Amino acid sequence: MDGKIISIQVAIIGGGPAGIEAASILSRYGVQVSLFEGESKWAHNIGNKFKLFPDFSSADELVQTLSQKIVENQIPAYLSTKIVALEKQKNAWVLTDEQGRSYVADTVLLATGYDIFDAKRKEELGYGIYNGVMTSVDLEAMLKTGKITNVLGEQPQCVTFLQCVGSRDEKIGNHYCSKVCCVTAVKQAIEVKKMSPQTDVFVFYMDLRMWGQGFEELYREAQEKYSIRFVRGRISEAASTFDDRVQIKAEDTLVGQPLKMSTDLLVLMVGMEASCGTKKLAACCGIDGEYGFALSKQPHLADNQTAQRGLFVAGACKRPMSISDAINDARAAATEIVEYLKIVPANKK
Amino acid sequence: MDFGFTISKPRSIEPTEAGKEQLRLLEEQVPTFRRCMNCGGCTATCSAGHFINFNIRKVHNLYRWGQYKELDEELQKCMLCGKCTLVCPRGVNLRSLIIHLRKALNKDHLSNDFQHFIRNNNR
Repeated sequence: MDGKIISIQVAIIGGGPAGIEAASILSRYGVQVSLFEGESKWAHNIGNKFKLFPDFSSADELVQTLSQKIVENQIPAYLSTKIVALEKQKNAWVLTDEQGRSYVADTVLLATGYDIFDAKRKEELGYGIYNGVMTSVDLEAMLKTGKITNVLGEQPQCVTFLQCVGSRDEKIGNHYCSKVCCVTAVKQAIEVKKMSPQTDVFVFYMDLRMWGQGFEELYREAQEKYSIRFVRGRISEAASTFDDRVQIKAEDTLVGQPLKMSTDLLVLMVGMEASCGTKKLAACCGIDGEYGFALSKQPHLADNQTAQRGLFVAGACKRPMSISDAINDARAAATEIVEYLKIVPANKK
Repeated sequence: MDFGFTISKPRSIEPTEAGKEQLRLLEEQVPTFRRCMNCGGCTATCSAGHFINFNIRKVHNLYRWGQYKELDEELQKCMLCGKCTLVCPRGVNLRSLIIHLRKALNKDHLSNDFQHFIRNNNR
């Protein structure tokens, strides 16, 4: 492959749910696509999860189903191939990967997704400093082991979730809401209660945004069936106690009084930021929007198109998005690309 | 000689095990209580609240944290008209909740342990 330029009809950058779904739809329409993923696994962000909201279906199974689509449709797909540059030359797009290999494509779909907010940036919450402080991603890994334990390896008396870490926070420059954390905390709180019914579970929130089908019901179930306590107020600082627990300070804003309590585990619900790849590639071709996310042409009727002809966007590279929304968005993008290529669907059944 | 110095008690809520146990008991007696999402509909419609300062939502939230000071007196303001129960979007049986709260906080009904606990936690 070295030195040789590979020519592609549609290059899809990013092998997450959006990239894979778009690739599979396009290839079913007879479009010749190639799929590029920088990591060594497909849909690695989903792979880091245990179960998915709102139906508690298995994350691993979804990754498997998505990967299967690549195989079934015989899509030329490249793992560990990080595209680092994207450039328009005449009527084609030139992609360059980390190894310096080039690919020429008529059309490009950017589906480079998101990165998790680095919780160490909120130093006052003690991530990476105190043993009992973890992120929602760390908790997924713990849930995968099937056992919830505190830092001493014992069953925790108390697990506390904090919403909006890295989201809705001027101090770290993110004004936006990451959208999926609210319901993820509800899901995780229930999972903790299922694995460890004796544990007290608290969720500290500023607003609870149960925007999807079944989310509000899940929140209600968390309260009613699992006695999970939702407290309106933002934990402003965490400290360590002598016995390696975490002391937190917040205000119960519905009572109007400050609150001090200790917890075995403090779970920070980390938000989504534009991924490294998203920031870089969107900037490369001048479609970088606010916070480094990729900017679509128009939010209502041209949300998959961009200011650049032949360059499309799908999924969480545009804004925080759930898995199902990213998949739907990818299908929409595939339709737009088919239109763009003026291809009549090959197999109208 | 009195120099006028005092020690101010901490204003922060600090949950205790005894308070948690009390809440657990109340949730068992009034299971719908868990569903409250703090909309404040109860307080807004409250017949008593129209004339005097009485916030039932705040009362039961303070109870959740084990903050019992003056709650007993506060709850006497309720006339048990039941309007709060009618408007609650989450079906919390507030009337039943208030009766159980009164029982729990009325010192005649309390175990010695809990009376002692309340005395020591009345900030």
